[in-house]
Amino acid sequence: MQTHQYDVVIVGAGGAGMRAALEASKGARTAVISKLYPTRSHTGAAQGGMCAALANVEEDNWEWHTFDTIKGGDYLVDQDAAEIMAKEAIDAVLDLERMGLPFNRTPEGRIDQRRFGGHTRNHGEAAVRRACYAADRTGHMILQTLYQNCVKQDVEFFNEFYVLDLLTDHDLTTEQIEDGAEVNATGVVAYDLASGETHVFQAKAIIFATGGAGKIFKTTSNAHTLTGDGMALAYRRGLPLEDMEFFQFHPTGLAGLGILLSEAARGEGGILRNADGERFMERYAPTIKDLAPRDIVARSMANEVREGRGAGPNKDYVLLDLTHLEPAHIDAKLPDITEFARTYLGIEPYTEPVPVYPTAHYAMGGVPTNIKGEVLRDGHNVVKGLYAAGEVACVSVHGSNRLGTNSLLDINVFGKRSGRSAAAYAQTVEQHLPIPENPAARVEAQLSEMRDRPDGERVAEVRKALQETMDANAQVFRTQESLEQAASDIRDLQKRYRNVSVQDKGTLFNTDLLEAIELGFLLDIAEVTVVAALNRRESRGGHYREDFPDRDDTNYMLHTMAYRRPTSAPDAADGHVEGYFDHVEDFGDYKVVLGSKTVTQTRYEPMERKY
Amino acid sequence: MTAVLENTANTAQDGQAGAVASFEVTLKIRRYNPEVSEEAIWEEHTVTAHGTDRVLDALHKIKWELDGSLTFRRSCAHGICGSDAMRINGRNRLACKTLLKDVNPDKPITVEPIKGLPVVKDLVVDMEPFFASYREIMPFLITSGNEPSRENIQSQADRDRFDDTTKCILCAACTSSCPVFWTDGQYFGPAAIVNAHRFIFDSRDEGATQRLEVLNDKEGVWRCRTTFNCTEACPRGIEVTKAIQEVKRAMITRAF
Repeated sequence: MQTHQYDVVIVGAGGAGMRAALEASKGARTAVISKLYPTRSHTGAAQGGMCAALANVEEDNWEWHTFDTIKGGDYLVDQDAAEIMAKEAIDAVLDLERMGLPFNRTPEGRIDQRRFGGHTRNHGEAAVRRACYAADRTGHMILQTLYQNCVKQDVEFFNEFYVLDLLTDHDLTTEQIEDGAEVNATGVVAYDLASGETHVFQAKAIIFATGGAGKIFKTTSNAHTLTGDGMALAYRRGLPLEDMEFFQFHPTGLAGLGILLSEAARGEGGILRNADGERFMERYAPTIKDLAPRDIVARSMANEVREGRGAGPNKDYVLLDLTHLEPAHIDAKLPDITEFARTYLGIEPYTEPVPVYPTAHYAMGGVPTNIKGEVLRDGHNVVKGLYAAGEVACVSVHGSNRLGTNSLLDINVFGKRSGRSAAAYAQTVEQHLPIPENPAARVEAQLSEMRDRPDGERVAEVRKALQETMDANAQVFRTQESLEQAASDIRDLQKRYRNVSVQDKGTLFNTDLLEAIELGFLLDIAEVTVVAALNRRESRGGHYREDFPDRDDTNYMLHTMAYRRPTSAPDAADGHVEGYFDHVEDFGDYKVVLGSKTVTQTRYEPMERKY
Repeated sequence: MTAVLENTANTAQDGQAGAVASFEVTLKIRRYNPEVSEEAIWEEHTVTAHGTDRVLDALHKIKWELDGSLTFRRSCAHGICGSDAMRINGRNRLACKTLLKDVNPDKPITVEPIKGLPVVKDLVVDMEPFFASYREIMPFLITSGNEPSRENIQSQADRDRFDDTTKCILCAACTSSCPVFWTDGQYFGPAAIVNAHRFIFDSRDEGATQRLEVLNDKEGVWRCRTTFNCTEACPRGIEVTKAIQEVKRAMITRAF
């Protein structure tokens, strides 16, 4: 075991982590720990753009962007956070440009902008050109630019280190902590993949920027490595996860594969058609049609297929039609995604429509934070020294459905904010807080137990069963019955997980072992997702209950806060939180308790969501 | 299907253009585990693959169903993160972008780690020397004077000048396909030069002179023998050799 001391430790080197690092390392001794080389992070897979009301090509203002974000999230958005994000979007884009990001340009040489789903002029009048972009590899350019600037600023990285535990000075899983009492995060424990050694990082401030958990589903745009590590670690340490029932299914995944085809395809004029060639979105969203928000488009597509209007021999997908666009225009604006269609499906998008179907894409929920990036341990108390930003976090700017491009914006705005807050806080802390005598004990026991288990079920089988039940039962359409099935499957899989074994018993670069650990994270995230979905007996944004098809503001205009607690703990998650849900789900050794948190509203009254 | 081994054989796959039925495929993999032996060995596995499966799917199938100790890097699985460059039938490619049916599955497909970087285990190499060269060419925008209050102005034509080299995903397929790099690990290699090109020809950048100085080194751009291996290896379709030539020309003409 090795021990390190830093002022700020950032976990994750995607967009949010590196944006935070650029801020934090200016004033505090900072380390970034990442399970991947930074440029491998999934920010690089984002394609279409990053919205900011620059008004470079047409009239726009950040207030409209705020409104679109709130409406897009079906009013479960914290409006103060959305306002900050839309306002600071402008500087976030300009910062990136000045750091070197090669945006596409207007004829005047300014940053070019294009249309994107749910982004409108004057509160829904028509689609507006708000997304700043670099062809269809905007995320790639953001990731590269941030890494380049980390190189410039000499940021210290620990690459291929897996963070497997969070150290705090109170055990939140069992202790009853008073309202207002101080709880501190003191460090993290990491595993160096190359050597198999554990490293303890003591830190005055820690930022989680570990990304999403798309691998709980079978059909997903997400990388193999998106296993919800940060979310699961927080959850295991007794912290709540917020709004986990809201998962975004991106409408245009390559059919059967789930590989993402950017919404920019529709922003540039692409049209979705059913087997009859009908532009079906005209029926579902008469004003902005194919550029309606993702939840609506995904549901409409799934509905077309369900009602027998799907294309293909099995009528199980719809078609993304780009054939009316000029090939030169496609090459200039959408080169990567058209190449995906050619490489993976052998489809030529110049002349043939591309088979597409919704793919699990983005977790709206996550570790709850306030607008400074500080992590909450309940409805309003923060954990001192702990921050989160990006997909792992829930601020909540996305509410129940994120608008396209707002994730790249989120990582930049809240990455920067959390980096700043963490460094500022670290400067106020004179000495590192004590950590337990043997801080790596829990991790080392977990790893050796997994490695030494002689014979058992394969990790891949349990993972496959998890992904299949999630796709079948907790996807675009959900019911009480399907969710109960998923919950019961997950209960069973959690038990089977205790008997999985790995074949690689070695010390060096043991990816077999780490895949087994990651499966544990996935199971925990799927568990929270399903329990929260069972409790929310309404339909809102990305969470659609066929048995409760309407939004129910009377009972559910609240954020869900899910806690894992011992079976003996009281069911009310937290007495001092405004209201709590009575749904409790027993998992044998522990239970999932659901508290709630008020949605912050500033100036926008919830309205019916029509496009 | 990206995610898991089995194939949705009866769903979207069937009837799609280019789809083929399931078939047996043998992978002949270069295995090396220093904890077991100092010697690398060849190992063969046969698995059932489906129409649109890629080499990565076959590797996963082996790892997940047959031998968990098979070690390789991967992440996004669609050619954008740059983790899984490997030598497949003697040519550098991304495993996630190489369809099995396109590399003649009738014969065993050989899979080896990329060359010229120290092998850590099986298909995993030590990427540090590669990233060290990258860092040396100062891969960031260098400007002087006051920052503009808004964005820098750049014409689309100026932006297009370096478009090709912005596509680089740092997978090392080019550098590790270069015969000069194989014999001389000190050589910066194509990827570092590509990333220098990306900034040298960016009209906003003022660091070209410094970068050209670095690349004028004896291990710099003049070591290139124009074999075009790099261009052929690039999974992003970057004209790597052309970019290197442009950097050489800029060094002589000082025009960029």
